[in-house]
Amino acid sequence: MKKLKAIIASLALFAMFAGTAAQAKVEIQWWHAFGGRLGELLDEQVNKFNASQDKYTVVHTRKGNYSETLNAGIAAFRAGQHPNLLMVFEVGTASLMAAKGAYVPMYQLMKDAKQSFKPNNYIGPVKGYYTTTDGKMLSLPYNASTPVLWINKDLMKQAGLDPEMDLSTWKQVGNALDAAKAKGIDCGLTTAWHSWIHLENFSAYHNLPFATKANGFAGLDTELSFNSPVHIKHIQTLGKWSQEGKFKYLGRRNESGANFRAGECMFFTESSAGYAGIKKEAKFDFGIRHLPYYGATEAPQNTIIGGASLWALSGKSAEENKGTAAFLAFLSRTDIQAKWHQDTGYLPSTIAASKQTKKEGFYSKNPGTDLAGIQMMRNKVTDNSKGLRLGSFDQIRGIIDEEMEGVYSGKKTAQVALDSAVKRGNVLLRRFERANK
Amino acid sequence: MEKRVIFKGWWLPALLVAPQLIISFLFFFYPSGQALWNSLFLPDPFGLKTEFVGLDNFKFLLTDPYYLESFKTTIFFSTAVSFFSMAIGLYLAALADRLIKGAGVYQTLLIWPYAIAPAIAGVLWLFLFNGNIGLVSYYLKGLGYEWNHTLNGDEAMFLVILASTWGRISYNFLFFLAGLQAIPKSVIEAAAIDGASFWKRFFTIVIPLLSPITFFLLVVNIVYAFFDTFGVIHTITSGGPEQSTTILVYKVFSDGFVSQDLGSSAAQSVILLLVVGVLTVVQFKYIERKVHY
Repeated sequence: MKKLKAIIASLALFAMFAGTAAQAKVEIQWWHAFGGRLGELLDEQVNKFNASQDKYTVVHTRKGNYSETLNAGIAAFRAGQHPNLLMVFEVGTASLMAAKGAYVPMYQLMKDAKQSFKPNNYIGPVKGYYTTTDGKMLSLPYNASTPVLWINKDLMKQAGLDPEMDLSTWKQVGNALDAAKAKGIDCGLTTAWHSWIHLENFSAYHNLPFATKANGFAGLDTELSFNSPVHIKHIQTLGKWSQEGKFKYLGRRNESGANFRAGECMFFTESSAGYAGIKKEAKFDFGIRHLPYYGATEAPQNTIIGGASLWALSGKSAEENKGTAAFLAFLSRTDIQAKWHQDTGYLPSTIAASKQTKKEGFYSKNPGTDLAGIQMMRNKVTDNSKGLRLGSFDQIRGIIDEEMEGVYSGKKTAQVALDSAVKRGNVLLRRFERANK
Repeated sequence: MEKRVIFKGWWLPALLVAPQLIISFLFFFYPSGQALWNSLFLPDPFGLKTEFVGLDNFKFLLTDPYYLESFKTTIFFSTAVSFFSMAIGLYLAALADRLIKGAGVYQTLLIWPYAIAPAIAGVLWLFLFNGNIGLVSYYLKGLGYEWNHTLNGDEAMFLVILASTWGRISYNFLFFLAGLQAIPKSVIEAAAIDGASFWKRFFTIVIPLLSPITFFLLVVNIVYAFFDTFGVIHTITSGGPEQSTTILVYKVFSDGFVSQDLGSSAAQSVILLLVVGVLTVVQFKYIERKVHY
């Protein structure tokens, strides 16, 4: 009995010391949306940071998918219970930018904490997405990717195709799908994030406006314009393929990734960051190709990014903000960036990380992993290919999702669906403009 | 003869009704008042600024064809869930009531699904019908039927009705069973002696005598289908494809908590409050007359 008491007492004493030791460190809360392999890699980064110094502890919490994380952050902000750092996917960028007072702009945060921060170190298309028109960077790019075409070479052989065949245009993809169908392959093509890939990136890639006013960069009075003949042609083609059993629609987000990784689908349009999961799970010979385009345009423009950036929310003490800044500076380090890029397939956010990856010979050892970067930076960006800055965009994507589902199921023509999506989306843009005047 | 008890003074009765009044105020009047107030504003998501817009939120909703469509979806969904869960619950209760041996075991097993939260029930059914790993969709494929509820609205509707009904059968079963056991055996035995078959007795004696319980369950089930099913819908279809499973309460949730449009969401709750109010009044005024207590 005495022994037990002694143990309890020493445990209590230990807990007290441990408690004070932990209290001495400033805690930085980070809410994010990464699970699975990406979650493990993120955890690795945080542990590395926590071990690298003894002033701050970063505590990360997964709040669900991208939308759920953003909503959790907003709801917590209203209740005054928000984290220091919030991961916001690219779709939510305009909503945050408009909420002045809800965040500490990145350049400000870094300046106050006396951390060196050079926006010009970041890759142009990535930086541009999170920078105001007057050149102020508001959030820190964390993970940026761009869509590519993933191919299952084993299934291509089964379809009697040459796995190295040219797949740069949708016409060539169509021919390959015909061959696959003839050989009884059930899922020729599937896609993740269909609005992001087949409308948003499609627009930039063909140098067409997705919305007026430079895709919303030049003002809140922007209107959607993704119902041009070329857009309609593409969505109609997808609808036709869906009806013919060559294109399989499996959900609005990346649900279809499971089918591709299981080896059921021959082609898969998905973010370059699908790499982490595919590399880990695929038991077949896979390849990466550029996103296909329509031969009618001479050469494709560039694709745009998707992914998320980190926003420092306001209302935190100067000391905590200092910790946040230190963590963000750590994340921007070239070695951290290069490792993240190589592990995940996300684009390197900084130019230095890209150079280092090349120097290490990663691209030659893993063919195709450099395609995303090339595809993003192959041309000088235009107003149509800088990115998108639209309010209520998560909701507008929901509308686009719905309308496109109508096309795949054969209930609507692409013309009707896209006209309706534009009309309904514009109503929301006006509502957002009104709420954020 | 009515027996009346009259309290002397006012503080004791006030004290006795106070808990109920406080709860009603906190959980009904205060939030409803908030909803009514918020429905007149257009706030930004972070709550940094807000603008008074009068009835514009309502105008915005009532001119949206998808919102009007969601009324139809709600009526279809609620009717289907109420009807099937009550019919199946009654059928099972009638069978369980006749059991002599092992009645307790059957009853417990039939009540079991009620213990499962709607969202969990949704995930369970989703796994069964998942196009990639689902057991049911796998067998359907074997039969030559390609199941894909992410694209086919009718399949999606079927699935959310199935999942919502399944969890509800237990509840209805429990009440019907209690109702059946309260019916005096002598009435039924008398009919049996007169030569009435089981089903004849069931339809002419049991059903009329069950009418108070049926009425109660009708009201409760409709309220359930209107309000408590959004967990199932959120986990299985998120209202899709193409809003074919977006019922009114799901739209309140998704516009408010997913899209952060609190003005519109508040206006929708006000409309929903009116709809359910009217529905309950109608039920009590017209259907209750046919109920024999």
